[in-house]
Amino acid sequence: MNDKRVRKGRYFMMGNVACAEGAIAAGVEFSAGYPITPATEIANQLAERLPQVGGAFFQMEDEISAIAAVVGASWAGKKSMTVTSGPGISLMSENIGFAIGVETPCVIVNVQRGAPSTGMPTIGIQGDMVQAKHCSHGDYEIIALCPSSPQEMFDLTVTAFNYAETYRTPVFILSDAFVGHMREEVTIPEPEKIKTVYRKIPKEGTDPQTIKGFLSEDVAPMPIFGRGFKAHVTSSCHDEVGKRNLIDISALDNYIRKLSNKILKHKEEITLVERDYEGAEVVLVSYGGVARAAATAASRAREEGLPVGTLRLITAWPFPGEEVEKMAKKAKHVIVLENNLGQMYPYIKAEAAHDAEVSFLAPKLIGEIQDPDDILQKIREVVK
Amino acid sequence: MSEIVHPLHRFIRPSVTHTTFCPGCGDGIVVQSILRAIDGLGMTMDDFVFVSGIGCAAWIPSPMFNTDILHTTHGRPIAFAFGVKMGLPEKKVMVVSGDGDLVAIGGNHLIQNARRNIEMTVLCINNGIYGMTGGQAAPTTPLGVKTTTTPYGTVENSFADISGLVIAAGATFVARWTAAHPRQLTLSIKKAIQKKGFSFIEVFSQCPVQFGRKTGLGSAVQMMEDYKKRAVTLKEAEKLSPEELKGRVVVGELLDIEKPQMLEEVKKMKNKAAGGDE
Repeated sequence: MNDKRVRKGRYFMMGNVACAEGAIAAGVEFSAGYPITPATEIANQLAERLPQVGGAFFQMEDEISAIAAVVGASWAGKKSMTVTSGPGISLMSENIGFAIGVETPCVIVNVQRGAPSTGMPTIGIQGDMVQAKHCSHGDYEIIALCPSSPQEMFDLTVTAFNYAETYRTPVFILSDAFVGHMREEVTIPEPEKIKTVYRKIPKEGTDPQTIKGFLSEDVAPMPIFGRGFKAHVTSSCHDEVGKRNLIDISALDNYIRKLSNKILKHKEEITLVERDYEGAEVVLVSYGGVARAAATAASRAREEGLPVGTLRLITAWPFPGEEVEKMAKKAKHVIVLENNLGQMYPYIKAEAAHDAEVSFLAPKLIGEIQDPDDILQKIREVVK
Repeated sequence: MSEIVHPLHRFIRPSVTHTTFCPGCGDGIVVQSILRAIDGLGMTMDDFVFVSGIGCAAWIPSPMFNTDILHTTHGRPIAFAFGVKMGLPEKKVMVVSGDGDLVAIGGNHLIQNARRNIEMTVLCINNGIYGMTGGQAAPTTPLGVKTTTTPYGTVENSFADISGLVIAAGATFVARWTAAHPRQLTLSIKKAIQKKGFSFIEVFSQCPVQFGRKTGLGSAVQMMEDYKKRAVTLKEAEKLSPEELKGRVVVGELLDIEKPQMLEEVKKMKNKAAGGDE
């Protein structure tokens, strides 16, 4: 890791710029994308910075080709990423499934905007939470992380690359226009303090016929191109050596289960949450930018003597159900806060409702973040 | 008795024991031409990464060729190949796919990458039909032909000149042959591999099962005889009137020019960004 990649220092920085700097610090070499508000600042920053460190950003003809090129470059051995917003994810969906099917490490940043369809590009909404999990067809697991500040746009982008490389999978950063365009203090540490991971690959000179490069729950070594591994990479149903099998249903069962189990087996290591609910009767569950309003409301409630805590989901997928359950066992009331009509709410409710009363609070206007006053009012209602 | 092994067998993945092509399919001829071209240039399979899409022709390299293969989603192989080439500029990247994959669903990637003049070879195997799914009309199916999705005959004009489209888009090497021209095809593939730029070869390849049988064009042999009858070289074509050229297939190397090449431009950009001279 060299100094050109890591711009050590304290900055007043936009979230989107911090994301690009985090990616470069994590070792990204290839990025492809297509212009879209509110994610363009990441692309702009990558376009300027990547060539300085030997990489490049390419503007493609559409988002379909952007993710395709990212997957191709990843198989060529490069750490790769794309950046977009909801409409772009919709276009990328088929090839995101391809990346999952052939176990390709890559990072996909979604700076969410007001949707559905063209929607309102400059307004941040947490509207693509479930899309990230289910956009492509078929059963699969995905990893998604939710930053709530420019600092986390940097930190979690590094984490996203490390997860992608460790588990050989696409990893989402689910930001939104608020966090992406927010300017705040960002501290970039010295290069030695930034942990980076590169995928496991087969030993140079391994007999290609003996390489099991796919479908291990412990993550198979990736037979990247250009090293004589003679990889056969197909997202058609295949076995551990990559051989296509379109007739044996037990091969299909193996293909589907192994891909999912690879993520689920490591769920504990992947799950990141922020817990602050010791002794609390009411727990506010949120993620991303909304968590800032939740923290403000909780601290004001405590000043009033109300026993209020918070649980912030940093990992949205795989869904940290165990963490929610653990929290609910200690709480009486759980209030779910999201800047949408309740996308993660059913998942949270399913885990928490056995032990606590669960309710949902959207912002007064979808597209605004909840006013701490409104959250306080809701708290007073549930503790009545 | 010693076992007789085909000299090109070393290019075939050891675990592959048979092809998926129907009897009489032209794709086997294309396989031979690709492998003979690589052999003729004294190269090995490890010098290549093959990328293919969805359809019969996409199964030419996948899984048969004994090297790195990326078998991608429908229509997108050129977009995937873009990333592969940028990541491994020293490798030869060859895309092998069909007309439905490259020109219908994936048409934009074809013209955009021809425009970029990124170094890669694209082989478009044109059988004029969707073979793998059972004989549906393609943008290359001639007007009026009955297929499974056009039981009363197609009502659309067809793409008569895919090569012309790619030339207009900005490619630097373009050739067109048929499965009845295996030697000429091999020579053009050799040139395409060596081209520092976007090289494109369109190969008319007979589909006797889904096209010949259903449209009445006949067997593989009849279809190949038809190719020979209709084929006219570039030189001969110059002497023919548009009327005389109707229904004919102009074959040969249609374009071989030089233009700024994307990988060279990327190199210059990185140099500039790093503070060096261009």
